[in-house]
Amino acid sequence: MFRLSPSPIDSKKIADTLVADESGAIITFEGRVRNHQDGKKVLALEYEAYEDLAMEEAKKIIAEASQKFKVQNIDCVHRVGKLDIREIALWVGVSAAHRDAAFQACRYVVDEIKARLPIWKKEYFEDGTTQWVNCQEKSRVH
Amino acid sequence: MPEQSEKAVHVRYFAILREQRGLVEETITTRSATAVELYAELQARHHFSLSQNFVKVSVNNTFQPMNTPLHDQDLLVFIPPVAGG
Repeated sequence: MFRLSPSPIDSKKIADTLVADESGAIITFEGRVRNHQDGKKVLALEYEAYEDLAMEEAKKIIAEASQKFKVQNIDCVHRVGKLDIREIALWVGVSAAHRDAAFQACRYVVDEIKARLPIWKKEYFEDGTTQWVNCQEKSRVH
Repeated sequence: MPEQSEKAVHVRYFAILREQRGLVEETITTRSATAVELYAELQARHHFSLSQNFVKVSVNNTFQPMNTPLHDQDLLVFIPPVAGG
């Protein structure tokens, strides 16, 4: 399951929903807002999503991970809106019978979400400037 | 080349393109035959900073190649480089 959340993510509450008799391993990932980027002090981040396409693409990613790895459940939440330092921007949780599959699937889902979902991030710096990440002249082609 | 007929397409803007356009969405009447032609048309008109090599396109909520043909009433979203997570 994947969803976008305009309100703070309660990671403990969601992680508890993955607990099951058959799950010997639960791996969770929290992507949090840090206070620096390329030597500049960051005050906040703002996330914007194209929801219809993000939901479709996330479904594909979860289906791919479920096929590649022997997992039981995959749950993901991505924040939208303006986030303060330390807040959770992306939460991914995976349950499996054994740890290897859970670790690998969690890594796969996080990497693919970052690479493929139509979600954009704006950095607010301490010096008053802002920038959309990866959208500057020197950015890589995606 | 056959003359391209005029069509109306809906365009939604996100992130840097939304800010540079100053709009969330609009309906455009165009003779552009493909998504990449329409992006060039909009880029010239609104001075978008991202060249077409940096942009992907979604047509009717599905990723498509930039040379995908346009049809009347299509919903287009040009996707700037993403940065989720």
